Amino acid sequence: MAEQQVALQEKKELKPAEERTEAGRFFSPYTDIHETAAAVIVTMEMPGVDKSAIDIRLDKGVLTVKGTVDAGKYAAWRPIYSEYNIGNFVRTFTVSTKIDSAAISASVADGVLTVTLPKAAEAVAKRITVN
Amino acid sequence: MVVRMRDPFATLAAVQRAMDDAMGGDWFGTRTAGGGAYPPVNVFNEGEDFVVVAELPGVRKEDLDVQVRGDTLRIKGKKTLAHEPDASVHRRERAAGEFDRTLTLPAQLDAAKVAAEYKDGVLTVRLPRAESERPRSVTING
Repeated sequence: MAEQQVALQEKKELKPAEERTEAGRFFSPYTDIHETAAAVIVTMEMPGVDKSAIDIRLDKGVLTVKGTVDAGKYAAWRPIYSEYNIGNFVRTFTVSTKIDSAAISASVADGVLTVTLPKAAEAVAKRITVN
Repeated sequence: MVVRMRDPFATLAAVQRAMDDAMGGDWFGTRTAGGGAYPPVNVFNEGEDFVVVAELPGVRKEDLDVQVRGDTLRIKGKKTLAHEPDASVHRRERAAGEFDRTLTLPAQLDAAKVAAEYKDGVLTVRLPRAESERPRSVTING
């Protein structure tokens, strides 16, 4: 059987509660969140964002990820047909688990950002053996 | 025409506005053929030539196949999600699977000069017009 087709997903434009001081439109990146025994893993689709343009913050249990796109290459081109728009990506999550903030790591591959949030020692579940 | 400005935010805003104007146009009409609407594309003019840009986050370069023939561009490949097998899922929004899309451009293309670049999940294909499609100035005899 043939593998399924990728579903077309429209880019979700961010409708922030507060107004932003920066010009331009922001999008909410499609995100998967997984949890293993040791860490919470957040993967976000941020096409067109260079790794140097990603800003990750964890403050008081709130994870904020921002990716800035470089529109420079588009400046010399004249759009004649458009199916999606480009813009910076921002998304915020409240992290329920205690995180060891010193050990957070992140990597980018093919426009997908992976943030690994290792659980703090007290948040890792301990298996208790019944005697 | 997008005007190059010094402020990067102004550049982005100008590009967004220009793309909005080109949104929903009937430039392709019914002419996009072959297996679905993924990936969404933007088409630009660069002088006489075309530039097709598509966002393909999570697609590896080796899983991507770009073909040019005559006046058509075909983008096919597959998108896979690499997740830890024993992880529990809290949120799943990303889509995966195969894709195959063919675009018909309004001019014959010079397949030998087509250049494709894939960086940060964005595919950029530069499609020069075939030599026979380039406009020629006509000498007016009087």
